[in-house]
Amino acid sequence: MRAVITVIGKDNVGILHKVSGVCSEKGVNVIEVTQSVLQDMFAMIMLVDITGMTSDFSELVDDMTSLGEKLGLSIHTMHEDIFNSMHNV
Amino acid sequence: MLNVYNILETIRMIQDECLDIRTITMGISLLDCIDTDIDKACEKVYNKIVSKAGNLVAVGQRIEKEYGIPIVNKRISVTPIAMLAAACPNDNPVKFAKALQRAADTCGVNFIGGYSALVHKGFSAGDEALIRSIPEALDVTQNICSSVNIGSTKSGINMDAVKLMGEIVKETAERTADRDCIGAAKLVVFCNAVEDNPFMAGAFHGVGEPDCEIHVGVSGPGVVRAALSKYPDASINELADIIKKTAFKITRMGQLVGARASELLGVPFGIVDLSLAPTPAVGDSVAHILEEMGLEMCGTHGTTACLAMLNDAVKKGGVMASSTVGGLSGAFIPVSEDAGMIDAAVAGVLSLEKLEAMTAVCSVGLDMIVVPGETSPETISAIIADEAAIGMVNTKTTAVRLIPAVGKKEGEMLEFGGLLGSGPVMPVKDKSPAKFINRGGRIPAPMHSLKN
Repeated sequence: MRAVITVIGKDNVGILHKVSGVCSEKGVNVIEVTQSVLQDMFAMIMLVDITGMTSDFSELVDDMTSLGEKLGLSIHTMHEDIFNSMHNV
Repeated sequence: MLNVYNILETIRMIQDECLDIRTITMGISLLDCIDTDIDKACEKVYNKIVSKAGNLVAVGQRIEKEYGIPIVNKRISVTPIAMLAAACPNDNPVKFAKALQRAADTCGVNFIGGYSALVHKGFSAGDEALIRSIPEALDVTQNICSSVNIGSTKSGINMDAVKLMGEIVKETAERTADRDCIGAAKLVVFCNAVEDNPFMAGAFHGVGEPDCEIHVGVSGPGVVRAALSKYPDASINELADIIKKTAFKITRMGQLVGARASELLGVPFGIVDLSLAPTPAVGDSVAHILEEMGLEMCGTHGTTACLAMLNDAVKKGGVMASSTVGGLSGAFIPVSEDAGMIDAAVAGVLSLEKLEAMTAVCSVGLDMIVVPGETSPETISAIIADEAAIGMVNTKTTAVRLIPAVGKKEGEMLEFGGLLGSGPVMPVKDKSPAKFINRGGRIPAPMHSLKN
């Protein structure tokens, strides 16, 4: 099972470190990261494996959302099924 | 394969374009709760609903978290209560409404629909008593919705029921006059009602449905409008294609959520209702889609044609996205719940007559329309009869949800707040249809009902 974490907002030191830190705490394995910084806007999409996750998925969502609030970023954590079903026939 | 563009598109749809799942609705059969002792029947109703739907809200919230998609309403539809009331003819059916309200409170759902009667060919035991109890039932409860089916293509229009419903709509508004006539906003009169509709106020669980099932109603007018706005010079058939593609994506999400809810709740998946259901929020308006197509304001000449195209394209796109499509499926045009419709009605561009024409080509009918408080019951009945005739002849569902604004006149506003929005009092004709309505009887079914 995989999920997608998207992070969008003003660039700052250590965003990737902090987001992947929450992942590591919860036993969530980062599979792929794509990120771009355009002027000072930071956009990152992270594909993660949640099979070995040690907590509930909703806890991961809550932790990421509150991390986003703390850092002034918008962080969305969503199961990959929503993207697969919406965009593939 | 996931790609960045698709991920960002989904997030933008949810964040900026008001994409949501409008409702997950659990349909529950109450046929096994029928009892000649009304108190026992009410207890059975309460117990059955709580045992089936006790988890519905929690499961809905879990899915919201999993997919990051808001599920605005969690609702329940039940067997038309008139069928239960038939077994206890000497008791007041309002007891059932109170039992439903208790169940709604325990489950934490937004609405329970099904305080209903199906009288398209005539009244059977329980029907008339239930209909006459609607004003009281909607007055003493908060989360119960009521509907009455007064006509169908197969059986014609029951004009005795039409006459009665004019009085009931008016009385319901009067009983809740101190709460902006909210009772009438929870009462809908149908022709060709469907048995698996997840949307309120008209949801009920038909007798042909399984014991318990999950339906999903999707939404997303904002997404369609945003998609169209990227192609200002496209031809109409190009616009239709864009709408189809967008409807496909929206419906796929509904299918995913429905399948997941069905799995988590352990009940069969019923249908996805692929509707464009607006809310009063900015950017969530069906009227604005029509305006994006090139109308200066919704309600002007050309509105019916634009709506016909929109409604058809939504269905074509959505049908392939879901294994079972049902319910009402199409574009809704509730006036008070749609920011663009409200503006058009206030400006006098959108009239009752234009809305009636629009209902011939859209999903349902005259919905959430505020009329003057002094409108006579016969006029309300005649509006219902007109609308039912459109449904009967066109073999489609039509409905009337009128709110007579007690004490208010044309041009004044009625404010409900929340998803129900606000609406200006719209003018009705002042010439009386009373003689026609008081004749009673039945309009025979049209020729094309004889298909066998």
